[in-house]
Amino acid sequence: MLTGMTTHANELAVDVRGLRKQYGDVTAVDGIDLGIRRGEVFGLLGPNGAGKSTTVEILQGNRDRDAGEVSVLGADPAHGTRAWRSKVGIVWQDESAPAELTVAETVRHFARYYPRPRDPEEVIGLVGLEAKAGSRIKGLSGGQRRRLDVALGVIGGPELLLLDEPTTGFDPAARRQFWDLIRKLSDEGTTILLTTHYLEEAEALADRLAVISRGKVVAEDEPAALRERYGTGATVEWTEPDGAPRTEHTDTPTRTVAALMHRFDGEIPGLRVSRPTLEDVYLRLTGQEDAR
Amino acid sequence: MTTTAVRSRTDARDGRLPGVWGLGLRRGALEIKQFFRQRDQVVFTFAFPVVFLFLFASIFSDDVEGAGIKASQLYVPAMMAAGIMSTSFQSLGISIAVERDEKVLRRLRGTPMPPAAYFLGKIWLVLVTGILETAILLLVGTTLYDVDLPSDAGKWFAFAWIFVLGLTGCALLGIAVSSVPKSSKSASSVVVLPFLVLQFISGVYIAIDTIPDWMLNIGALFPLKWMCQGLRGVFLPDSAQVLEQAGGWEFGRTALVLGAWCVGGLLLCLLTFRWKNRRDG
Repeated sequence: MLTGMTTHANELAVDVRGLRKQYGDVTAVDGIDLGIRRGEVFGLLGPNGAGKSTTVEILQGNRDRDAGEVSVLGADPAHGTRAWRSKVGIVWQDESAPAELTVAETVRHFARYYPRPRDPEEVIGLVGLEAKAGSRIKGLSGGQRRRLDVALGVIGGPELLLLDEPTTGFDPAARRQFWDLIRKLSDEGTTILLTTHYLEEAEALADRLAVISRGKVVAEDEPAALRERYGTGATVEWTEPDGAPRTEHTDTPTRTVAALMHRFDGEIPGLRVSRPTLEDVYLRLTGQEDAR
Repeated sequence: MTTTAVRSRTDARDGRLPGVWGLGLRRGALEIKQFFRQRDQVVFTFAFPVVFLFLFASIFSDDVEGAGIKASQLYVPAMMAAGIMSTSFQSLGISIAVERDEKVLRRLRGTPMPPAAYFLGKIWLVLVTGILETAILLLVGTTLYDVDLPSDAGKWFAFAWIFVLGLTGCALLGIAVSSVPKSSKSASSVVVLPFLVLQFISGVYIAIDTIPDWMLNIGALFPLKWMCQGLRGVFLPDSAQVLEQAGGWEFGRTALVLGAWCVGGLLLCLLTFRWKNRRDG
């Protein structure tokens, strides 16, 4: 991570101030500020309909905004030139690729659009599709197609990669492989913005996170710091001698456990002390605690 | 394909954005490859006008009174014009609507590919399929239905410009109409209905001298009527001019109308083309 460079505004790969977008009566994005540093992996978290995709689409230059200042790699995406587009890689939520072409044909063809493309064969290897390079796209599985989407997103050697829920529909093994790929790209210096529902994914990949709820950023920090700041207290669970389970939320779990030790004089049945997970923090921040 | 890989590495060295014409050619090659890999589509695209030619020319084969031709001869240029319009207007109208719905266009828009390269690619595709379609119909028409190839260079020249202007105008109209359907599911009905109507009122299925004048006048606003008329002028003897609404081939006016549709169609495309469907805003 490139710390210490944030003092210069031009070091921000993405700089968003007061972004707003309305669809009819519905306010999808309600005054969002974001600053993503070059080289960083930034996670955008939020429930469905929170405004994640709208935000990302505005950053791609694929959607108009109603208000706010947006700078992506130093340019306004609403007026993105070809040169600008060649530096921004995009992986959409719902993609499609030409069914009748093979993986290799498609990746090679897309490489033609860019001034400094990566080597197509290398990119096919990077996403783990070597074995499928000669296969028609219509014959690929969902996960393989998704990896092709990522290949097309990175073929131009982007400085910034925008990933909108890239692993939705992946099985756990494919998700781990995908994470390795993101880390590899990040190590090469690519700035990455990814939206996701998966808390563990955000925690595993992102240097920093912003949680969006109802069109607003409700928290923004490093994952561990977020958990610490918003995940105060702990939950102590045990079982009473009559078999009734008990739960207590407390800021002083040690004291609670010490008191229990006195009462039970020995092993406390069913004892469990847990700190809030990032997921608990996320649910609290997005006002979805009841959903659990 | 090996040359492609080698060339892309050459590009990587100079770091400039690739040119529009070159990319247009690449896209054309890709479009043609995709088209011919869909076997059922290929067979039906090319067979459709041939089957209709066979049906109509076999059912209506009598001599046309006072025109010195048989009715079947009328159907050869008519089906050729319809074939040109189906490979351009109909196939682009449907395929672009589908590509828009399936987010293929959005994907392209997210790359530095210049939009013009996409349209050039479509034009290459339409040119290749249009030439093939016309060649097949010409072969069937000359072998089975007593149509003679034009003997003078002037008629060949007229054939060439009618083909080029008609194909271009219809292709542009097809690109414009692709923005009308709301989804890929409705695309073929939205595109095929106006095409069918035009075929009835432009002298494709029904001989021009039996269609009411007011219908012909509506048909005359669109390219198909003029493509049919122009191709009759190319392939039928001059004695058949008596069947025409104006009593002559009107090559000059045909060129004017088709040329106007090329310009108007281009404007229409520039004004209405969308990369996303309406649901996506």
